[in-house]
Amino acid sequence: MKTSLKLVVLLFVVASAFTFYNCKPKGPQGAIVGDAASKVYVNPGKYDEFYNIVSGGFNGQMAIYGIPSGRLFKILPVFSVFPENGYGYSEETKPMLNTSHGFVPWDDLHHIALSTTKGEHDGRWAFGNGNNTPRVARVSLKTFKTEEILEIPNSGGNHSSPFITENTEYLVAGTRFSVPMGNKDVPISSYKENFKGSISFIKVDSSSGRMNIAFQLRTPGFNFDLSRAGKKVSHGWFFFSCYNTEQAYTLLEVNASQKDKDFIMAVNWKKAEEYIAQGKGKIEKAKYAHNIYSEDTHSATSTMEQEVKVLDVTEFPDIVYFIPCPKSPHGCDVDPSGEYIVGSGKLAAMMPVFSFGKIQTAITNKDYEGDFAGIPVIKYEAALYGEVKKPGLGPLHTEFDEKGNAYTSMFVSSEIVKWNVKTLEILDRVPTYYSIGHLSVPGGPTSKPHGKYVIAYNKITKDRFLPTGPELTQSAQLYDISGDKMQLLLDFPTTGEPHYAEAIPASLIKANSVKIFKIEDNHHAYVAKGEKETKVERKGKEIHVYMTAIRSHLTPDNIEGIKLGDVVYFHVTNLEQDWDVPHGFAIKGAANAEILIMPGETQTLKWTPDEVGVVPFYCTDFCSALHQEMSGYARVSPAGSNVPIKFSTGVVEEAGSK
Amino acid sequence: MKNIFAQVVLFVFLLWSCAPDKPKNKEEFPEQPANNKSAVEEVISNPTKGLGAVKTVTLKSPLELDRVNRGLAIYEMKCSACHKLTDQRIVGPGWKDITKRRQPEWIMNMITNVDMMLEKDPEAQKLLELCLMRMPNQNMSIGDARDVLEYMRQNDGQK
Repeated sequence: MKTSLKLVVLLFVVASAFTFYNCKPKGPQGAIVGDAASKVYVNPGKYDEFYNIVSGGFNGQMAIYGIPSGRLFKILPVFSVFPENGYGYSEETKPMLNTSHGFVPWDDLHHIALSTTKGEHDGRWAFGNGNNTPRVARVSLKTFKTEEILEIPNSGGNHSSPFITENTEYLVAGTRFSVPMGNKDVPISSYKENFKGSISFIKVDSSSGRMNIAFQLRTPGFNFDLSRAGKKVSHGWFFFSCYNTEQAYTLLEVNASQKDKDFIMAVNWKKAEEYIAQGKGKIEKAKYAHNIYSEDTHSATSTMEQEVKVLDVTEFPDIVYFIPCPKSPHGCDVDPSGEYIVGSGKLAAMMPVFSFGKIQTAITNKDYEGDFAGIPVIKYEAALYGEVKKPGLGPLHTEFDEKGNAYTSMFVSSEIVKWNVKTLEILDRVPTYYSIGHLSVPGGPTSKPHGKYVIAYNKITKDRFLPTGPELTQSAQLYDISGDKMQLLLDFPTTGEPHYAEAIPASLIKANSVKIFKIEDNHHAYVAKGEKETKVERKGKEIHVYMTAIRSHLTPDNIEGIKLGDVVYFHVTNLEQDWDVPHGFAIKGAANAEILIMPGETQTLKWTPDEVGVVPFYCTDFCSALHQEMSGYARVSPAGSNVPIKFSTGVVEEAGSK
Repeated sequence: MKNIFAQVVLFVFLLWSCAPDKPKNKEEFPEQPANNKSAVEEVISNPTKGLGAVKTVTLKSPLELDRVNRGLAIYEMKCSACHKLTDQRIVGPGWKDITKRRQPEWIMNMITNVDMMLEKDPEAQKLLELCLMRMPNQNMSIGDARDVLEYMRQNDGQK
């Protein structure tokens, strides 16, 4: 009896396991197996192992998550104003969003690139691209603030960006759309004749991180999608995926999908650097903004640059080569050894893996199948290492682990496919919910991956979370990849629509994180280093209030002598020198929101009073038990009145005095 | 059955031990000091050295003027928003006669190790109960605190 019962149970287990294995889970349920919860649970007060720095897509921000918990720590504004901390609202940060088109409050941030040294993450900066109004940004991983934004001239949309070389020598900005250079007025149908591509190489200063456009490559006109720098053996080269080699300018959906193969463009940037050093770059006029935020003055400046150096690649035959790549390639990813370049043709039924060694041999032997606009096109077979057969539908992006495996996202078939880079054999596949775009392995694009997790960034969540009307959260999914089989551990909602993200060991960032800004080092033009320096000054129609904030009062908190027609600048210095004690500032009727001031910082809120009266102001960040008391009054008198400038804190006058 | 009984007892015990702390005994924390001293005087009349890295301080006479000047600058930048030089309490207690009532070590530990002082030192805790405001960590070195102490001594009329 007992034996037969055991047998029945065994059969049931086998049968159900078999059923599970056979059915691809389709609904929101399923796929989680075993002790997933314990693998993502981080005890209260304990830290995550990795930072995940995730692009926000159309929200123009970055978001910082912990891995494996999926907890959101911070939203970090880059190309968009941010009501939470006054970025783009305070007078100090407004210049960060200045462009040659003026102030642009909202852009689209797609890709993250973390700085590297010798091909490994160094935890210094995160770079991101502005996709719509072409820009690149540099974020400090000490302060988690945007420190620099550089506009890219001659670009029709900065998608192919900001991928970086292994020592952060350069980051690139490749135009998504080709356009006529120099704002020319030409018929759209003259694409082939007039439209050009443009790839900017942005030099990054190795100590300050400051960026400048070292040179631009002028290329034949088509679209650039993504790119990766070579590393180790291929250091000195850059690879770009290109589509629309049909040079279509309408209904690209159809007209840019005609050819069997588009290109991966291989760029010998060391060669380009040599030509520039020899003075062969042509100087062209161009207008683009260069915005820098200084932690000395807690203020940004915006400078309009006037020119760029250009190399036309058709005039320098040994900079650029084309490699045929099937069907509108999207991802173009280089493995940790630098030898293998994976092209992901969105519409292809296989994925080609190119060999850097073979590309070099092909160039030496001039093993070309012809040229495109004068640029040599290497024979497909001469560059090919091999093809991954039937990987899935809609391959987009590939990341790597340290064991020689690759992980490719499949948008159409909603899955991650694991395969071996050497054998090109498919090892495992897991479903994602749903329609995965980018994916990230900690250190995955570097020479030193930490192949513990892969994170999927999905375009559609549908039924995965409680519904919130037509507009749903986007989501990420965390998979354990430490074993042979990938295992889904966690879904977590994300802000915006993540495109690319990178994950980095927390140990590379945590210890360097800035806690406060030293008040002694504050060189803001309107700082008040202590209450003794607080004052109110009139400069014509401008009133400058040098204000301090400390738990729990603002000084001055009684201000008189403001008249209608004045513009008031509240320069608020937070005197606190303790971690996590920001103060806020808001005044009734301010058309420009609020500000938030970190310890030791000065930030400015501009206020144009529009009626006579006494107007309250207060601290917006709950700072202490007496936070509600942290407030004051500004008196606004009619234009032409003779109320003198007067300010104080803690001074009580007899009633009825003027 | 016995087992269930034991579980109930355990459950009740757990419930009880999770309950909030009992209200403090009035005798331990009298609402008003018995004598006519002000609350401030009461809390600052009990000198100790406090908790922290500062174990002994050597005070010189006459005052070290370099320190006094540096201490004044620090006071104006980091302290004056809450501490007056008189005996008037604003956010924190006024500084008048502080060096006569407190050990120099206590003052410097309070400045440089304020979080632990507020957690462990009974004198610091009394001040917290009085002011209802945690004194901020103003990120000052021991040298800074020593300078401020010298400035306090001058404020208290020492030469």
